[in-house]
Amino acid sequence: MPLFASFKKLKTLGILGMNARNVNYISKYNERKFYPLVDDKLKTKLLAQKAGINTPKLFFTLSQQHDVAKLQERLAGLDAFVLKPSRGSGGKGILVIVKREGEKFVKSNGELLGIEVLTRHVTNILAGLYSLSGRQDIAICEDLIIADPLLKNYSYEGVPDIRIIVFRGYPVMAMLRLATKRSDGKANLHQGAVGVGIDLKSAKASHGVMEQNEVFTHPDTNNRLSDIEIVNWRELLELASKCYDMTKLGYLGADIVIDKNRGPMLLELNARPGLSIQVANKKGLLPRLQEIEKIEEIESDPKKRVAFVLGREWF
Amino acid sequence: MIKYTFYFLVATLVALGSFVAYERQLHTQIPFFAQQSKSVWFIEAKVEFKPKKNAPILVTLNIPDKAPGYKIFFEQSSSAGYGFSVLEDATQKKAQWSIREASSKQTLFYKIQVAKEQGDVVSDKVPYVDKSPQIVWTKSEELAKQDILQKALARSSNDETLTRELIKLFSSASVQESSSLLLTNKKRVDVINAILNEAGVKSRVSMGLKLEDARRNQSLTPFIEIYHNDRWLLFDAKTAKQSMDEDLFLWQRGGSLVELVGGLNAKVSFSMVRQNVPALKFAMERYEESVFGLFSINSLPIEEQSIFKMLLLLPTGALITVLMRLLVGIRTSGTFMPVLIAMAFLQTTLLPGLITFILIVAVGLMIRSYLSYLNLLLVSRIATTIIIVIFIITTASVVGHNLGFNTGMTVAVFPIIILAWTIERMSILWEEDGAKEVLIQGFGSLFVATLAYLAMQSETVGHLSFNFPELNLIVLAIMMLMGRYTGYRLFELYRFREFKEN
Repeated sequence: MPLFASFKKLKTLGILGMNARNVNYISKYNERKFYPLVDDKLKTKLLAQKAGINTPKLFFTLSQQHDVAKLQERLAGLDAFVLKPSRGSGGKGILVIVKREGEKFVKSNGELLGIEVLTRHVTNILAGLYSLSGRQDIAICEDLIIADPLLKNYSYEGVPDIRIIVFRGYPVMAMLRLATKRSDGKANLHQGAVGVGIDLKSAKASHGVMEQNEVFTHPDTNNRLSDIEIVNWRELLELASKCYDMTKLGYLGADIVIDKNRGPMLLELNARPGLSIQVANKKGLLPRLQEIEKIEEIESDPKKRVAFVLGREWF
Repeated sequence: MIKYTFYFLVATLVALGSFVAYERQLHTQIPFFAQQSKSVWFIEAKVEFKPKKNAPILVTLNIPDKAPGYKIFFEQSSSAGYGFSVLEDATQKKAQWSIREASSKQTLFYKIQVAKEQGDVVSDKVPYVDKSPQIVWTKSEELAKQDILQKALARSSNDETLTRELIKLFSSASVQESSSLLLTNKKRVDVINAILNEAGVKSRVSMGLKLEDARRNQSLTPFIEIYHNDRWLLFDAKTAKQSMDEDLFLWQRGGSLVELVGGLNAKVSFSMVRQNVPALKFAMERYEESVFGLFSINSLPIEEQSIFKMLLLLPTGALITVLMRLLVGIRTSGTFMPVLIAMAFLQTTLLPGLITFILIVAVGLMIRSYLSYLNLLLVSRIATTIIIVIFIITTASVVGHNLGFNTGMTVAVFPIIILAWTIERMSILWEEDGAKEVLIQGFGSLFVATLAYLAMQSETVGHLSFNFPELNLIVLAIMMLMGRYTGYRLFELYRFREFKEN
């Protein structure tokens, strides 16, 4: 493999670079005032509920330190749930409780936790320990996602999620992100998760990337990545497409999970989605973005937008 | 349309910058390249004092007449409302200010321009003046003095060696009791000078100024001079070192620096700045009063010139950062942190600067990792880090000084708040993305800082940015252009290297 690609080659392949993404797409299509809608998960969630988009069920939120004393009371009747910060980044501060055992709570890795550990965790969230700039935050308690059995075999601990880039409401590229032992159960590519490109039309995968290297099987479960085929794919694309109408962000990344019982759900949105999706798909984003830019009038119905994309041969 | 206005704006900036620079060059004859010119030092002495009520004021400042190794070719005083004259006798030159009465704190300025001259540095023959203040010794002091003098005499053969041995004795432990008795309430130079005088050596105390570019609030360093074999010899009063440093400017030779009648607390401090003056103009006493003379930074007081000299280098450093981030794709911690670090490097020089920076951040990170356990809120956490940084810097200075490194003062130029933020960011980065990312960003920052430092300390850049500040408009234009650059970064060519043509 050459050490460097040439400037010209990347251009002919239509790779989107960081500068071009920032100047031509993010700052052009994403209005700053809409950023808070996606940077705050609680806001995204409420907005999604209003727009009729499926998200993990919200049990309750805690925003004041004195509410923390009532945590035990609020958790009454809940067996499996997730406690997470509203403005957390990179999967930090997410505590997953899968069931109860007597007085204790069972964490996703089997550890038994008392209520005092949960209380301290919520206090930390409120103090801003997990939010990027250390701002005071809100703790969210929501329903546990049970990974779809089809995808579960491809992930180590964490739930796999699907990142779809949506440009002007049209889905343009998708990638499945699988947690690994290396990534500590997190689905973040730069922490060592596997990114698997998903073909927009067939919903099938062929290979993945992990830390810049091409992989064909999951490093921990050894299952072949080319066997992956996402079910209800069209529904997923439509869900992602709807996020555009909901946030008015022209260039965004939608992170979607598939729940065993409730189907595709929106987990969170990103106004500055990364460029690794191109590596996972071995394709550049630019040709697709440029085609979408040519459209003068955006279709208002997300279903029609998805149909438009699936009907084009340049995808 | 926006696109055209943008390019028009950029083009205008470039045109304006080049035009003004060209015109300035025509009118002031300052060359574009520093090599064609001669270094000139602008030195400004600032006298500050508090006047007494209802008393006429007379300030006398000892000013250089013939400074060995330098030629003085322009002098000027500025102090509104004062009568001013320069008194000269065979040996000394003095500036005198007078006023009937004044209230509140007074500030007087005296400026000179000097240039280095070739030739033997201390060989001039200023006649001897005996103005050294006599010291009346107590009985025990007399004994102590005799003790030291006898020892010094025993080890020496003439005036020159006697002086050297005497200075060394004051620094050695062998006569510590006697020397510390003599040095209570008295300055070392005065004591040595008095002893030499009494021993029949023609000696005097001289005051020198170390010339360093863009320095403010400097004070004079005392030296001992003796007249031996028809020439003056200069001794460092601490180390007895006899050769004179290249950059030492002898401001005063014998006598006292400032005399004040009708006021209290007279304090003299010095500022200086180096400039390149065209070889042609060098002989002339000063710039013509053209439009460019008025609008040039040269018209500001020297103390402010020093600030601007630093400030005008900033755009170059910022440009380097912009290029490195947008064209190469180097990740740095904090967007413009590297430039500020580079500014600090300008004072510490590169290698000591790099070492101290890494040391401070590393120690800071260690202590900061403990703070993580305490779950402090951001503001108090940063404030704590600031205090920690101050402690680290203080400790580093004290330890460095005791080990004999002269880094003490310069370490303090590091921007403390920026360092605290750097440590905070690095620490969060460590927790969130691991040590690898910290190293990438840390070395990225230092790399960019080093490049920015190299650019900013280059003589050409310093000369151009100070004498032709309008050239920064061109830098501005380049930065704006970079703001719209949508091409690939060098690192992306690496990141996407495995892409194959379909």
